[in-house]
Amino acid sequence: MAVIPLERKPLSFAERTYLPAIASGLKTTLKHLFAPNITMEYPEQRPAIPPGYRGVPTLVKDPHGREKCVSCQLCEFVCPPKAIRITPGEIPADAPERAHVEKGPQAFDIDMLRCIYCGLCQEVCPEEAIFLQNQYSMTGYTREEMVNHKDRLYELGGTLPDEHFKWDKKLDAEKHGNAH
Amino acid sequence: MATDFSFPDAAAKSAAAKPDFETEKMSLSMGPSHPSTHGVLRLQMELDGEILTKCDPVIGYLHRGDEKIAENMTYNQFVPYTDRLDYIAPLANNMAYAIAVERLVKLEVPARCQAIRVITAEMARISAHLLGLGAFGIDTGAWTVFMYAFEEREKLYKLFEELTGARFTTSYTRIGGVSRDVPEGWTGRVNAFCDQFLPILEEILALLTRNKIFMDRTVDVGVISKADAIAYGLTGPNLRGSGVGLDLRKDKPYSGYEQYEFDVPVGTKGDCYDRYLVRGEEMRQSVRIIKQAIAKFPGGDWYAKDARKIFAPPKDKILTSMEELIQNFMIVTEGPQMPAGEVYFEAENPKGILGFYVVSKGGGVPWRLKIRAPSFCNLSILPKICVGSLVSDVVSILGSLDFVMGECDR
Ligand code: SF4
Ligand code: SF4
Repeated sequence: MAVIPLERKPLSFAERTYLPAIASGLKTTLKHLFAPNITMEYPEQRPAIPPGYRGVPTLVKDPHGREKCVSCQLCEFVCPPKAIRITPGEIPADAPERAHVEKGPQAFDIDMLRCIYCGLCQEVCPEEAIFLQNQYSMTGYTREEMVNHKDRLYELGGTLPDEHFKWDKKLDAEKHGNAH
Repeated sequence: MATDFSFPDAAAKSAAAKPDFETEKMSLSMGPSHPSTHGVLRLQMELDGEILTKCDPVIGYLHRGDEKIAENMTYNQFVPYTDRLDYIAPLANNMAYAIAVERLVKLEVPARCQAIRVITAEMARISAHLLGLGAFGIDTGAWTVFMYAFEEREKLYKLFEELTGARFTTSYTRIGGVSRDVPEGWTGRVNAFCDQFLPILEEILALLTRNKIFMDRTVDVGVISKADAIAYGLTGPNLRGSGVGLDLRKDKPYSGYEQYEFDVPVGTKGDCYDRYLVRGEEMRQSVRIIKQAIAKFPGGDWYAKDARKIFAPPKDKILTSMEELIQNFMIVTEGPQMPAGEVYFEAENPKGILGFYVVSKGGGVPWRLKIRAPSFCNLSILPKICVGSLVSDVVSILGSLDFVMGECDR
């Protein structure tokens, strides 16, 4: 236990001739030569992405195709490198089903040249509207191309299952007169 | 002065006298983009022939002002920045930072969280030492070691990716816990990794330990005496290579390290070869720690549930309850609430002792955050040990010190 001094023995005569090292080195090399390949032909073959991977941040819609983000700007606030820019907008009072949500993003930009894929935006979002998904390679020729606007974010994000439908529940509650 | 050849013993005379012409010292800049400086370190060397007479490390090429950045954001927002200190072992940095801030409120995280942090920190240590050995191998002419080491690191990365969502910049801890619990079956896969890793580690080490070429390049090169190592504030494998058995995991245990049995290897001579041996043995010890931690992996919470002003409530609560929603908003915008005070915490990182000195005036943002980076202190010995050595030995010395500039310049 505790502190152990490391032993160092002087080389034997045989070892000083380099020969055993060469032989054992070749043996190791040969062993690896016939072992299965561990590299992969990248663009053709792609690594499996585990669930919970932190790829490019995206905006998602609920299973009915409705926008989830309410432009609370919490993600914009928390983003350490300030990659997110949101312009909040109003949801018109006559919008079916969604009028009581009141707010949605008018513009939502994520600058992928700033984003560090930290996942804090997803972690803090109170609406489960922003997710870092499986996409990991983003390329572009210009700086402008590397800014993901709202449309692109929804295109990348798609739809994710929702367990809560909190705004529908709220609407139901309002209808039955027990909203808080 | 012209040599007088008519004189019988001219040769002897000229050797005894001053040289015929003044030889100039040559100044040579190694780095900041030299392959063996492992990052953006520049060495301003003065050479007399092949021998160094002076060696000044020039640092700061990677300075990003991390300490100042920390003053402008909440405690949790700074976690991704700690990844970028010693970017070879981000999980260990995440843990050191989280514990430092938690000490400010004297918050004890649950046993499960502590065990997760220990396992990840030790995996980070293995990954960091593998890279250290691999790069040291390249410096001394052994490419194979690097290749085999990277194969193992890839397996570790896969495990990190599964746990944290990212291979490299893990940002895993939060003040009062970790960002997510371990996935189903993950500890089993870590255990399986350890089992297959040990024989491969022996194979990798066998390529160097008794290799005459490697020994010629490292034995008795860059010797750091015990007294020097202490005087220059060396820590980690570089200090232990010089025979000082200081390991904070043993001497000032944190995060439950006192429960695990492991040995602290120390060198006898303090040369490059000793530092190599120490790293090799530390990996074996890390595997021991991981296996013990997994064998008694505790159940229960993986974050401090009672710390309501520090750790954000679970997602389904935020979505269904107004109180938790507000709590979430408060923690994100104001930051985890800390009392006024100051704390210094240091952890045994793969490169040495990483310290965080946090001064708080209350609230969720540090007033001052000082980082004691082990690589910065370890590099301070360069001017001392490089003088008198050959240029090619400098390459061995740099490889054996195993520093990372992200942390040195921070
Ligand atoms: S994505 Fe989430 S956190 Fe960001 S503004 Fe929309 S609702 Fe708020
Ligand atoms: S992943 Fe991190 S850096 Fe990227 S947008 Fe989200 S919070 Fe910002």
